[in-house]
Amino acid sequence: MAQAEEKLVYERPHSLAPVVTNYCPGCTHGIVNRLVAEVIDELGIEGDTIGVSPVGCSVMMYNFYNCDFLEAAHGRAPAVATGVKRVHPDKVVFAYQGDGDLASIGMAETVHAATRGEKITIIFINNAIYGMTGGQMAPTSLPNQVTQTSPYGRDVTTAGYPVRVCELLSSLDGVAYLERVCVDSPKNIRKAKKAIKKAFQNQVDGIGYSLVEVVSTCPTNWGMTPTDAFEWMRENMLPYYPLGVYRDVVAEGYANAAEAAAARAAACPIAMAENPQLDEIHAALPSKAKVEAAQAAVPGLNTPKEGGDR
Amino acid sequence: MAEKVLMKGNEAIAESAIRAGCRFFFGYPITPQTELAAYMAKRMPKEGGTYLQAESEVAAINMVYGASAAGARVMTSSSSPGVSLKSEGVSYIAGADLPCLIINIERGGPGLGSIQPSQSDYWQATRALGHGDFQMVVYAPSTVQEMADLAYSAFDIADKYRTPVMILGDGMLGQMMEPVELPERRTELPEKPWATTGHGNARPKNVANSLYLVAEELERTNFERFERYAQIKATEQMCEQVDCDDADIIVVAFGASSRIARTAVRYAREEGIKVGLFRPITLWPFPADALSATCDHAKAFLSVEMNMGQMVDDVRLVVNGRAPVDFYGRTGGVIPTPAEVLDKIRQINEGLGE
Repeated sequence: MAQAEEKLVYERPHSLAPVVTNYCPGCTHGIVNRLVAEVIDELGIEGDTIGVSPVGCSVMMYNFYNCDFLEAAHGRAPAVATGVKRVHPDKVVFAYQGDGDLASIGMAETVHAATRGEKITIIFINNAIYGMTGGQMAPTSLPNQVTQTSPYGRDVTTAGYPVRVCELLSSLDGVAYLERVCVDSPKNIRKAKKAIKKAFQNQVDGIGYSLVEVVSTCPTNWGMTPTDAFEWMRENMLPYYPLGVYRDVVAEGYANAAEAAAARAAACPIAMAENPQLDEIHAALPSKAKVEAAQAAVPGLNTPKEGGDR
Repeated sequence: MAEKVLMKGNEAIAESAIRAGCRFFFGYPITPQTELAAYMAKRMPKEGGTYLQAESEVAAINMVYGASAAGARVMTSSSSPGVSLKSEGVSYIAGADLPCLIINIERGGPGLGSIQPSQSDYWQATRALGHGDFQMVVYAPSTVQEMADLAYSAFDIADKYRTPVMILGDGMLGQMMEPVELPERRTELPEKPWATTGHGNARPKNVANSLYLVAEELERTNFERFERYAQIKATEQMCEQVDCDDADIIVVAFGASSRIARTAVRYAREEGIKVGLFRPITLWPFPADALSATCDHAKAFLSVEMNMGQMVDDVRLVVNGRAPVDFYGRTGGVIPTPAEVLDKIRQINEGLGE
């Protein structure tokens, strides 16, 4: 008798390596790592993707993925990603960063990569605490939130206020897409994946800098069960960090970030002025040729060998 | 022979780097390396390359890290305070075994210091540019021609040993003009199968990383790296010797101060003093073998530097008590004169007669 036909409904994404991660039970990193891998698989870009891992709980991410990876110094992932992307403008470069990495020690790199309009994708995990070092106050820790270094609760009179990253970056002209999501339910996980996919698709399409902020939890350092942590997140973090789209130049009707920026600067004569010298440089090096010219300096690259055994 | 052109040292480094196949420059404005970045800003777009003015020195060196891991010939340039900011990134670059070129056109320090020429970053360059067990190759050119030549070959050394390489110049060398013969443009560059270029479904993944959570693994990695350093020490020492063969007194000086020392040595020879100039071209590896060989006849050493006495440590390590080692230096951006150095040589010579 013929066996019943098997229908595969769930499997490990190819771009996600079959290894045990270092994440704590109930941590949202595992969910988001997987979503990124699913997106890489669905877009068919594993061979073209270069990831940059941060310093923090996801520091070992280069072990969790099957694509090429770089480990960056604390906070420097956007600068490292910039270096990679400028050498390989035709490849997909993403950085994955936590709140301390992205919004504290790496704030300068974050803001400037965004305002330069680097065509990279940033996945930002905001769980309002430093996880790896054991639960210190983060730039996104909430007022009155108790952490190891705010033992009486974050005192805004001395420690100041949390940083709202999407709101902050939304003022910058280089930005194409900013969305804040969370992964506390199947429905929200699906929404988060959609946002992550858009942030990668934008890069493939050359639309501009894209960042997805994932409001997350840290059951270990918050001292809660995973379900209580999600409850605390919904109750306290979402009012401070409202979910939603903070910038989407395509939805606003522009082709890309550059077009949106030009519209914003329409009243500024010098910004709108003709520039024959730059036109000449751009004309001499149209996009594709520019890529090839940059890579001509590196022979042997981008010539995948036939019949690889992967 | 190629035509000679009149160029500033800073510009010669930049043009030579482009000819060596460097198409990526990441920097941040600072005096007195200004002309180097300005030259790159002008030339790179026309070469199909990238000039990117980063938000900080910290960001610039991390862009270098990314571009180097991605397989490109890449460089950054700065001056003393800016190089301090790069130190974190240089440590990561060394830890991930990535090649790159770092230019330091030194100025007086510490702190914001002065904007006049100095050699007070010798220790930083040769001992401790960043945390951890690592070294980098450091070249000390003394002419504009040598700046061009070393900037060109530095990329080959960096690629060969997968190590950061520094050219340690100063405001005097960077900003003075001399005739220079520029090298031919590179047409072929070494392949980098380790680069993070996207695996293209054609090879196992590549990773650029300096993190090892198992202590023994990191130790093994450091041992391997130091084996490479031993090879560099054995094969890459460079120096120039002038009248050292019969010298009683050996003046040791590098870079800009060696130009002054050279004049002083010539005057002293005219007075009949048996003195020679030993000029390290590599500061790391220090040309210990050649300097040590002079100890069989030299009776005294004098290190002349534009700092409070830094290279003199290396001279003493090499001489190792076989002869007295004296020091003469000016600091803070003050350049010593040949007359001052000549006086010092005379003093030492008188001491030898006693």
